[in-house]
Amino acid sequence: MATRHSRSAARLMMAPAVILLLGWMLVPLTMTLWFSFRKYLPLRGGDLGWAGLENYSRFVSSSAFWPSVQATLIIVGGVLAITVCLGILLALLLDQPMWGQGVVRILVIAPFFVMPTVSALVWKNMFMDPVNGLFAHLFKAFGAEPVSWLSQAALPSIILIVSWQWLPFATLILLTAIQSLDREQLEAAEMDGAPPLKRFWHIILPHLSRAVTVVILIQTIFLLSVFAEIFVTTQGAFGTRTLTYLIFQRVLESQNVGLGSAGGVYAIILANIVALFLMRIVGKNLDR
Amino acid sequence: MGRITLDKVTKSFGAVEVIPPLDLTIEDGEFTVFVGPSGCGKSTLLRLIAGLEDVSSGQIRIDSKDATDVPPARRGLAMVFQSYALYPHMSVRKNIAFPLRMARMDRAEIDRRVEAAASVLNLTDYLDRRPGQLSGGQRQRVAIGRAIVREPAAFLFDEPLSNLDAALRVGMRLEISELHERLTTTMIYVTHDQVEAMTMADRIVVLRAGHIEQVGSPLELYRTPRNLFVAGFIGSPRMNFIEGELARRVGAHTLGIRPEHIAVSDSGGEWSGTVGVSEHLGSDTMFHVHGTGLAETITVRADGEVGFKHGDRIHMTPRPDAMHRFDAAGLRIG
Repeated sequence: MATRHSRSAARLMMAPAVILLLGWMLVPLTMTLWFSFRKYLPLRGGDLGWAGLENYSRFVSSSAFWPSVQATLIIVGGVLAITVCLGILLALLLDQPMWGQGVVRILVIAPFFVMPTVSALVWKNMFMDPVNGLFAHLFKAFGAEPVSWLSQAALPSIILIVSWQWLPFATLILLTAIQSLDREQLEAAEMDGAPPLKRFWHIILPHLSRAVTVVILIQTIFLLSVFAEIFVTTQGAFGTRTLTYLIFQRVLESQNVGLGSAGGVYAIILANIVALFLMRIVGKNLDR
Repeated sequence: MGRITLDKVTKSFGAVEVIPPLDLTIEDGEFTVFVGPSGCGKSTLLRLIAGLEDVSSGQIRIDSKDATDVPPARRGLAMVFQSYALYPHMSVRKNIAFPLRMARMDRAEIDRRVEAAASVLNLTDYLDRRPGQLSGGQRQRVAIGRAIVREPAAFLFDEPLSNLDAALRVGMRLEISELHERLTTTMIYVTHDQVEAMTMADRIVVLRAGHIEQVGSPLELYRTPRNLFVAGFIGSPRMNFIEGELARRVGAHTLGIRPEHIAVSDSGGEWSGTVGVSEHLGSDTMFHVHGTGLAETITVRADGEVGFKHGDRIHMTPRPDAMHRFDAAGLRIG
């Protein structure tokens, strides 16, 4: 009896939160879907009526569409590769006993607390600026021609900035995973004759697989919608126009809400395709 | 071959000396048990032999070759850990084959050895399972399998049965003993459980605070414990210690008598007291007797059918030839 009562009471009490969250999700989604079928130009006459599938076909047939999908995937893939690889190395390093461990660990996490806009501006002006940036000074010190990073190597530069932001997250999760590894397993492997590299490959890496999966899945969700870093650096120029940025341009720069909304629906589809692939490739690690 | 010699081995962690200079020889083919209360350094000693800890000074020789600075993998020893330390992402087959793969043995030979080990340990049906799908006893056997495929010079067991339930522990104890009979390889076994030590060992090494208190066969330790510590540690229930007038009369500081060497009667005997708690095991009954004037409690082991109740008067007679005498320093006299 008690359980039935408390269950219905629990439902009642959870209802506000559930309704709020549903509304939060459903209202924008429905509006996006609705606008994607309208010809809606806020500065050029407002809502001009039903557009059918025209927005969808126009968005895909635009010459900017496929390059933007490509740029999105390159950024996501590049950042994932860098953060996971460096994250594992850093986690291994931080797991070693050393002097000032606590301080070092906090410093490693620090970039995660810097706002994306701020970190992108810092990178753009203090490191990558071809005249005053640290990199430019470094290049000149060795007698090399400074690279203007954000125009000559725009995509790698953005990947670098975003990786710098996400590396702490990956390191932190992988570090806790490494710390949960049973020391006796490593000792057993040592007795079994496995040298350090093989211990890493056969014992540590498999132990980390689940944490790596979590890192990849969570990061992908956020990396697909990277925006601020592009907005304050290249403004989508030099091949850095991602799908998110393209939608932003369609809605705000071209003032075409209908077209942008259709793009938003494509972004949802792309995110789902990526998620499906990821779950196929790495998701099975979560079953254990 | 597996003769292991420790020559003045010491181990310190920082300023704390865990193992003071210690000499010990373990003969080839011997089943040696290190036993002692927790924190006595027995696991540390095993890890020193394994090479998982470096000695602070002294020398470890395996088959009269200096192994002090040889890395663990090349000492030719195999270890079974308390937590089993199986590799959770590998099947049982891969777990057992791991040391062979690391030794770059050829596939056919690996398969042959794994199959052989699996059949010895009744694991053939489980070869393709993961450790997570096995029971505690089966995991224990996989850990042993991983040790035996290497055909090591000696096996090291670090409290391997402490994670098993009582019934399984008795079973595994027999299996390990049988394995030793079959392989006749040197085995060093660490435990805090004196029953395991007594039942399995050829030779027991009793340790306290890193010191060797006594080395000997189980019956030697039982019959002639060298000091009070060994006398109290070996044997269950514990030996009774009597101080005072009675001990002085036979020229000792402390008199020891095991519970099983005291006869009980309801009519008359040398000592008498009141029965406190009695523990009925079916085969035997343990009486805890108070108010004897000899010690706070005297434990007596009697036949299972002897029916004293709480508060009853009980008379006891010790077997005179089974008395142990100890001097003021706790050392055995005679």
